[in-house]
Amino acid sequence: MTGSYLSGIFGSSPVRPLQEHMEKVVSCVSELIPFTDAVLAGDEQSRSRHHQNIIAMEKEADTLKKELRLQLPSSLFMPIDRRDVLEVLTMQDLVAGGARDVAGLISGRNMRFPESMSSNYMALVQRCNDACAQAYIAIKELDELIETGFGKTERERVGGLLHELDEIEQDTDEQQVVLRHELFKLEDELHPVNVMFLYKIIDNTGGIADRAQRVGSRLQLMLAR
Amino acid sequence: MEFALWYLGLAAAFGLFMAWGIGANDVANAMATSVGSKALTIKQAILVAAVFEFAGAFLAGGQVTSTIRKGIIDASQVENNPELLIFGMLAALLAAAVWLLIASSRGWPVSTTHSIIGAIVGFAVVGIGVESVHWAKIATIAASWVVSPILSGFLAFFIFMSVQKLILSTDDPLKNARKYIPFYIFAVGFILSLVTLLKGLKHIGLDLTTGQSLMVAVGSGIITMAIGIAAIKRIKFTPDEDVDFRFTNVEKIFGILMVFTACGMAFAHGSNDVANAIGPVAAIVSIVKTGVVAQKSELATWILLLGAVGIVLGLATYGWRVIRTVGRNITELTPSRGFAAELAAASTVVIASGTGIPISTTHTLVGAVLGVGIARGIGAINLRVVRNIMLSWVVTLPAGAILSILFFFLLKGIFYTGPEI
Repeated sequence: MTGSYLSGIFGSSPVRPLQEHMEKVVSCVSELIPFTDAVLAGDEQSRSRHHQNIIAMEKEADTLKKELRLQLPSSLFMPIDRRDVLEVLTMQDLVAGGARDVAGLISGRNMRFPESMSSNYMALVQRCNDACAQAYIAIKELDELIETGFGKTERERVGGLLHELDEIEQDTDEQQVVLRHELFKLEDELHPVNVMFLYKIIDNTGGIADRAQRVGSRLQLMLAR
Repeated sequence: MEFALWYLGLAAAFGLFMAWGIGANDVANAMATSVGSKALTIKQAILVAAVFEFAGAFLAGGQVTSTIRKGIIDASQVENNPELLIFGMLAALLAAAVWLLIASSRGWPVSTTHSIIGAIVGFAVVGIGVESVHWAKIATIAASWVVSPILSGFLAFFIFMSVQKLILSTDDPLKNARKYIPFYIFAVGFILSLVTLLKGLKHIGLDLTTGQSLMVAVGSGIITMAIGIAAIKRIKFTPDEDVDFRFTNVEKIFGILMVFTACGMAFAHGSNDVANAIGPVAAIVSIVKTGVVAQKSELATWILLLGAVGIVLGLATYGWRVIRTVGRNITELTPSRGFAAELAAASTVVIASGTGIPISTTHTLVGAVLGVGIARGIGAINLRVVRNIMLSWVVTLPAGAILSILFFFLLKGIFYTGPEI
């Protein structure tokens, strides 16, 4: 006999699960760094191990995503729009998907990077990882946002974090331009199919930062309501 | 009256049973928010509940009791047959208590206030006559059931907004929390004592003018504030804890504030809900003592005491377990919003108590929680609960009425000696 319906009024907030999902996504993306290391060093064993890690974590993130979707009935009254929550979640999930696709492409075609591009490509991967980490920092602010009832000071703070995220994403754009230019110069020396896929990998890698930034834009929409 | 002693004994027993039920079940709703937000441990909550439910019931329970005793039924209709009113009030008590027992064992959302009002109106309409009910009064009460959650929602909204402006959404929340929270503590002490004093403490031999009441209320507000400031000084602040969640230390100060609003909530609950148990008892006692349906007699102090003791008994035997269960289920509420909800609800309930209007403490609290939610302060609120409250209206009023009618005819069949009607 519980005898009280008061406790029933507090639904389970989507904030914690959303943050947990992003945490998983970030650790998935950060696996790209040792993965790329292995690719550049030509260490197939290590590459395959990290590839498996990425796949596993992407799957875990996917499970978390499905769980959160199920626990968001429309009878919940929340300070953040239900649709915004779902869209942030989808976008977060796409970030992990991006990491998985890049790793899949490289592993599947057993690809190598031209020596001259290695360090720049690694820098791009790292910067993309920074973008995800920054998006996660912003998502972690949701606790504080709700605590302050979306107060102005806190909104500005999150705005600042998202601004940094934008800057990181711009860095990755510039890095991509440089990489493409380098690849263009090497085009004649390389097998055409490889060139095609290298362009695609640069694109997809940059896409990870792009998606991380879109997580931020969705968060911004939540604040604006 | 032939069975006078029987009536008195039954009235005391049923009243005690009802008060026990309120303590066992209803108090949990008033205390659980404090336990859930970890402002109080379960032991502290029980202590606070026992002391302040008792104080609220004993000091400020008289007005609502008098409404239930003589405000709902027009006694002139039964002048020749005062026993009918005795049967009715006994039946209403038993009906409400039984209905509460059934409903809460099934986890249905019911309100003690709605049960007893439904029960009283039920027996009066069937047993005495439709015209015996003061329908205007019933309309006021019913309207207050709608108004009280809304009012407390508004209050909670503005209290939370003020907290946001003054403390949470500033550059140095910790400093501002130290600065402003004592004033909220003052408000708790001031409002509770003012309403209690204005409505008179004649039954304990204290009769103050409005001016005197105001002064005493300010004084008690200041004393409360001083205790609060001392408690805040004793908090240990650990900057490390703010790394993960930047408001951990600020919430500690709100935790102190919430201890006070929890006291206020228990006081308010006692002052309004004790009447559900002892209002009918008081009616029976005055009829038995005078042999007529007296409208002017004073409320005997021992009846208030009976209700207060009953509530504490219920709390001690069963209520603490319910508080623990409900508190465990409330995890999303931090003290900064728990206090806003409690202060709003307690103020609303105490004002209703002072005006003599029986309202549902739980519904008022739910309204307050929604108010904080509208201010974007709570992670997720389950709106199905609001629907359940509507449902509890539709079900509880007739259920209380039907049971009460059954018991009325049963009692009449056993005891009635008057002329055929």
